[in-house]
Amino acid sequence: MGVREGLLALLHAGPSHGYQLRGDLEQAVGGLWSVNVGQVYTTLQRLERDELVSQAGSADADGRVRYALTDAGRAEVVGWLVEPQPRRDDVRDELVLKVLLARRSGLLDPQAVIDAQRTATMRALQGFTRRRTTLASADLEQVLALDRLALRARAELDWLDLVEQRLEDAPPPVVASAPATSTATSEPVDPVDRAGTNDRTDQTPAGVAAELEQP
Amino acid sequence: MTSPTPVLRLRDVRRVHGDGPSASVALDGVDLDLHAGELVAVTGRSGSGKSTLLNLAGGLDVPTSGSVEVAGERLDGLSRTRLAELRRRHVGYVFQADNLLPTLTALENVALPLELDGVAVGAARGAAQRSLERVLGPEHAGRYPDQLSGGEQQRVAIARALIGERTLLLADEPTGALDEVTAEGVLRLLREAVDAGAAALMVTHDPAQAAWADRVVRLRDGRVQSAVTAEGSEVAS
Repeated sequence: MGVREGLLALLHAGPSHGYQLRGDLEQAVGGLWSVNVGQVYTTLQRLERDELVSQAGSADADGRVRYALTDAGRAEVVGWLVEPQPRRDDVRDELVLKVLLARRSGLLDPQAVIDAQRTATMRALQGFTRRRTTLASADLEQVLALDRLALRARAELDWLDLVEQRLEDAPPPVVASAPATSTATSEPVDPVDRAGTNDRTDQTPAGVAAELEQP
Repeated sequence: MTSPTPVLRLRDVRRVHGDGPSASVALDGVDLDLHAGELVAVTGRSGSGKSTLLNLAGGLDVPTSGSVEVAGERLDGLSRTRLAELRRRHVGYVFQADNLLPTLTALENVALPLELDGVAVGAARGAAQRSLERVLGPEHAGRYPDQLSGGEQQRVAIARALIGERTLLLADEPTGALDEVTAEGVLRLLREAVDAGAAALMVTHDPAQAAWADRVVRLRDGRVQSAVTAEGSEVAS
């Protein structure tokens, strides 16, 4: 990911050869990714074919060819830099799906989904934070990358808090295709002992009506 | 790693405000151990019992039932004098803001707990100087709170909370009003104090700040809903 654009960006500083570029690229991203040198060479060949880079002079004593950025290559990488990242705005997010299906199916109290995810995400956030504490502010590349991960984790935790609160305030769910003869099978399975968190079992007509209006 | 006697121990702590039909349960059945070298964050919605927990831990409030121990000593049954002494010897507080007395310099603020404790002014100031130098450049010692930034004020507050070898740090939203980068500096300092042997209990609503802790305890309706312990320092990359 990003090797092609990374090489183009680094060549803006002046002509360079594959081996050097690989080291520069790893340094530029704070050692967060390791770059395969073979991939660097094949990418350079493809860039040359597409006239985004050109060979600068002939091979040196070690047989290494230096490449230079062409005007087209410069335009290409600048275009890539200013192009906003595609957003992941898919509403069919799997975590959303789990909460909704737990609630609708009656298989599980959705709180169990929230609890499990919250624990895992908090643990990940603790890990990012711990790793950050070991970094000096000079390790800017890594700090920025970890900030990004940490803020994503925080957003997820905030969302889980919100889900918990909204579910508390929401009318009870209508369980999908509950068997008419047995109500026992539609009781949520509560895998965790959480006294007092699941006491909304009576369904008021208004609550049911509100539930049915949902798509 | 952890000493056998926790710096703070709560057992089956229940706190009910008011009585009769209007009684409200602020905490119910809470157990918590906090050891030297541990930073524990307490999170939860407003009204979940976070502040009550902090007040009980510092002996500022008394449980309706259950026990609170600081440095191995049960707080209930202590005389007011003895409780105050225990608090002064072991417990330091850091609050959200306006922590410092505006008419005292940074150094005087840090020295204050010792001076109130009867330590001679010279000795208190010396200890304050050392405590302050761990968190701020020496040029700040003579400045008044309004001459310090928010982050610097919180650093002074932490120096004051730690003065005199206090072992239990109680922090209530210690970075509440600060921007992310400044807050990080304060949390780093708190972390260092804990790594140097203090124990800290920090109330925060922000999961990113809670993540600085070794353990994140989440309260819901006065009960411990979950406790998440950090796994070493390894991260999937």
